[in-house]
Amino acid sequence: MARMDAVSKQTAAKIEKLAESVMRSVKGGKNPFVEIPIRSLANVHFDARKGIVQLGKQRQKRYFFNVAMAKKFMQTFLVSDACKELVESGKTTSIRDLYYITKHTIGDTRQNTFEEQDESDPIIEDLEVALDALREELHLFASRKGSMVGPITIRDTGDTIDLRRMGSGGWAVPSIVEENVIQFVRHEARYILLIEKDAVWTRFNEDKFWKRERCIILQGGGQPPRGVRRLVQRLHHELELPVYVLVDNDPWGFYIYSVMKQGSINLAYESMRMAVPQARFVGLSSFDKDKYKLPANVAIKMDDGDVSRAKQMLAYPWFKDARWQREIQEMVRSGMKFELEALSRRGISFITEEYLPRKLKEKDWLA
Amino acid sequence: MAKKGKVTVAAAKGKGKAMARPAKQLELVPAEPQARPARGNAAAKKVEARGRAVPAQLAAVGPSAAGPAQRSAGAKAGPTALGERTLEAPDAGAPAAAGPEARAPRRRATAEQMAQKQREISISEFFTKNRHLLGFDNPSKALLTTIKEAVDNSLDACEEAGILPEITIEVRDLAFEASKTQELTKGEGRFVVIVEDNGPGIVKAQVPKIFGKLLYGSKFHRLKQSRGQQGIGISAAAMYGQLTTGQPIRVVSRTGKGKPAHLFEIQIDTRKNNPVVTRDDALDDWHQEHGTRVELEIVANWQQGQRFVNRYVEHTALSNPHCTVHYLRPKQERLSFPRATEELPKEALEIRPHPHGVELGALMLMAAESKSHDVKGFLSTAFSRVSPAVADEILKAAAWKGRVRPRDLAEDRHLAETLHKAIQATRIMAPPTNCLSPIGDELMKKGLVSFLHVIESEGPESDGDQQLDLDSAGTKKKSRKEKEAEAKVAEVPDAPPEEGVEKIKGHNYFIATVTRPPRVYRGNPFQVEVGLAYGGSWPADKPIELFRFANRVPLLFQKSACGMTEAIVKTDWRNYLLSQPKGSLPVGPMALLVHIASVWVPFTSEAKEALAHYPEIIREIQLAAQECGRKLATHIRKKQHADYQAQRRSIFELYIEEVAQSLGKITGKSPAPIKREFLRVAEQVTETELEEQDKALKEASDKVARNPRRRDEDE
Repeated sequence: MARMDAVSKQTAAKIEKLAESVMRSVKGGKNPFVEIPIRSLANVHFDARKGIVQLGKQRQKRYFFNVAMAKKFMQTFLVSDACKELVESGKTTSIRDLYYITKHTIGDTRQNTFEEQDESDPIIEDLEVALDALREELHLFASRKGSMVGPITIRDTGDTIDLRRMGSGGWAVPSIVEENVIQFVRHEARYILLIEKDAVWTRFNEDKFWKRERCIILQGGGQPPRGVRRLVQRLHHELELPVYVLVDNDPWGFYIYSVMKQGSINLAYESMRMAVPQARFVGLSSFDKDKYKLPANVAIKMDDGDVSRAKQMLAYPWFKDARWQREIQEMVRSGMKFELEALSRRGISFITEEYLPRKLKEKDWLA
Repeated sequence: MAKKGKVTVAAAKGKGKAMARPAKQLELVPAEPQARPARGNAAAKKVEARGRAVPAQLAAVGPSAAGPAQRSAGAKAGPTALGERTLEAPDAGAPAAAGPEARAPRRRATAEQMAQKQREISISEFFTKNRHLLGFDNPSKALLTTIKEAVDNSLDACEEAGILPEITIEVRDLAFEASKTQELTKGEGRFVVIVEDNGPGIVKAQVPKIFGKLLYGSKFHRLKQSRGQQGIGISAAAMYGQLTTGQPIRVVSRTGKGKPAHLFEIQIDTRKNNPVVTRDDALDDWHQEHGTRVELEIVANWQQGQRFVNRYVEHTALSNPHCTVHYLRPKQERLSFPRATEELPKEALEIRPHPHGVELGALMLMAAESKSHDVKGFLSTAFSRVSPAVADEILKAAAWKGRVRPRDLAEDRHLAETLHKAIQATRIMAPPTNCLSPIGDELMKKGLVSFLHVIESEGPESDGDQQLDLDSAGTKKKSRKEKEAEAKVAEVPDAPPEEGVEKIKGHNYFIATVTRPPRVYRGNPFQVEVGLAYGGSWPADKPIELFRFANRVPLLFQKSACGMTEAIVKTDWRNYLLSQPKGSLPVGPMALLVHIASVWVPFTSEAKEALAHYPEIIREIQLAAQECGRKLATHIRKKQHADYQAQRRSIFELYIEEVAQSLGKITGKSPAPIKREFLRVAEQVTETELEEQDKALKEASDKVARNPRRRDEDE
């Protein structure tokens, strides 16, 4: 891969352009800056027509000659430099790796360019939005988590992989799942099921739920990483499969669903590539406790943080649908939350043999 | 006027301590009906904290608690009651308290037998046994206490008479003088303490009683801001001297030009608490036109005690900027603190007690003394803020049937209680507060400046340093004004110094002072002042220095038990940019001065070492501290900002290297010219941007000032 493809060439050019604009303003005696779209709730809006969260137009100038910004400015170019090198050499690396690459002591001081990875991660995101280049295009990936099995055969960097034969652990979803890396060969799947937790996914895999139901099951270890979300979106679009999301009955679970559905605030600039507005929420619903006769002793009392989070979510435009309002209000009213594992109270395979089949049969979901 | 109450309380407390064991016996006592009403004003509340044995004794002592009328009778009655109570306790009390066995114990003594052992204890005798109550715990502390009592009296007298005080404090090491070796006494030894003032002097007839009788003085029975409160101090010092060296106190006093000075030597008959004059000579000539000189020979420990004395002298000069102090010590040169102002502090006025502060027992005693024919007259003459109309209102609330005379009140507890409740239920104007005499913002500032000059000259005080050198301070001190002038001249080329910043011997101190408006606790007016000196050569990594003062008297001991410490600890200094470990004094280069002025300063003990924890007072101290803190925060922020500016350039230069390297690599150009261009721009970073940043900083600072974080208010 030493030869650069078109995308990489474009990315390298973008970085150069940024550097040149800075050098131009310095030459002109001006305070140089990098313009970065603001990634916060204030600069994010919900596009109801497209059903996704999108980044607004607000931008922030990061000046060099400003005590508060100087360090970040410098860090931005350290990261740019490192990324350009990665792109040109055709290698990819983790964001943790990049942190080490760019970390060094400044001059003869005791100051480091970066003290912690927490400092370099947001700089990378800043650079992504500033350059309008995706992380993958910068040849970076986040830590990998998530697994997948199902009646599908894919090609991953040239290797053909049959996801029907992945044993108990499944296929680990890589961080970069773009078309040039992953291709779908053939499949018999009817739908995609994204499960919040690894443990529950393991139950589905062990029970061969995917075989019986002919579906692809994925899990993202809590909030799914970009790779998983991007893959779900590609499967949804390219194979035209519906997406179902199975999460805990708590504000965090709902939020995971909403991120899958319309994207997150922090990565709003990637919603177009990540979100599946048609994703369906199959559970755990706040009303399931009655429908599926869950005893009160498997409930967990919501703490203050949960309640305020739930109330916050009531105000999100993408939860304005009356059914969602009822769903969240019921949770707040009861003050109880349920984990997916609570269903195991009704039998270890209750969730795969009764709960989900019945849900799907009765079309008991929210969208 | 005699003055008993306060002291008998002390006695009671002392007993309580001394006789912790037979406490059970004593608990029986409060049941006696006549014991109750006697709980004295200041007494009751203090005693409550002291443990169970006390109320009983207090009750027993009570009748004399505030009984000015019973000058002779009271002296007898109070101690007698005390004596009886307490004497029977050790004998009879122990067996009663002892038995875990259920059987009735064998009688060991009859009441008659016990009666033979019961006799009066004089207050003086009591104190000979319990000298720690008055601050004579050990020879080093006794040295300080002796000096302190004498100086307090001198300053009080001068201020009352309207004389600018000039006080000489001298300590002489007798062994050192006798031996002619060059060695000062190590450890305990005989010392002479001399305190001389230019005050109004003392009338000849009064001298023996003032110095040779405990509980004799002018200050106990009036409500007026003064250093001394109860008339024990100097006579207790005399007694301490007599006890440890056998030597009488020597007093020379002269009341004015043309009048002879008198020299007295006075012993105390500790059993009868009476002065015995062993020498009384008229002096032909004395160098003071008017004034008093007190000489006491005591056993003291100069080696250990001088640290406290030095501290005391410095702090006294700090809180009394109108006073000149000369300080003479063995083997060291004379040190003088010239006065920083020629103005006497505002005269402290005497006020009558406020009805809301009076307790039942005190009310009854006041009624007994009253010369009024009716209660209305009694109320309006004995109390402040009780007009005839208010008195009527109180009487209406009391709703008595028939005529009640003040005498009846004194005899009938029930009547008195009705009146007491009626008083509490009536709205009465707060007591007058113009009676207080605070140090004042300006003088506190002056005091701090001159104090810092001494500190700066003295150098850091290490605990192991036995030989504090104040002498160099003395010589430098004299040229203070010139030094200040010099400092000002030197500063001219710089930016004008920030307001509140004083340059003292090359160190910049930020000084802020706050005097709160007067407030009232339990009917007693009080006023709080706080001053701080920040920066300079105070250590930045140690807890701040807290200087405590009550009615201008430095408090040097019992820091952690003091209400002032509590108030400062409870204040959240992180609001004011100091670090503060939880439940401790803040850490930083700062000295904090807290002063409370009141007609009655509530101390936790007779040694007057710590302030009692009254919420009203603690709150005021906190408010004053917060006000000072806000000024401090502004200063610190400005300073930080200035430091910041200085750092800016270097920050940029630091990062330019990195940025140039990266840009060079990205664009494939040489980093050196890029760096040069960045440096060029760094030179000309626009002023507007700097101003913007200043503005932002100021806004942030105002925001904090508007909404300071508070620690949990009270508990």
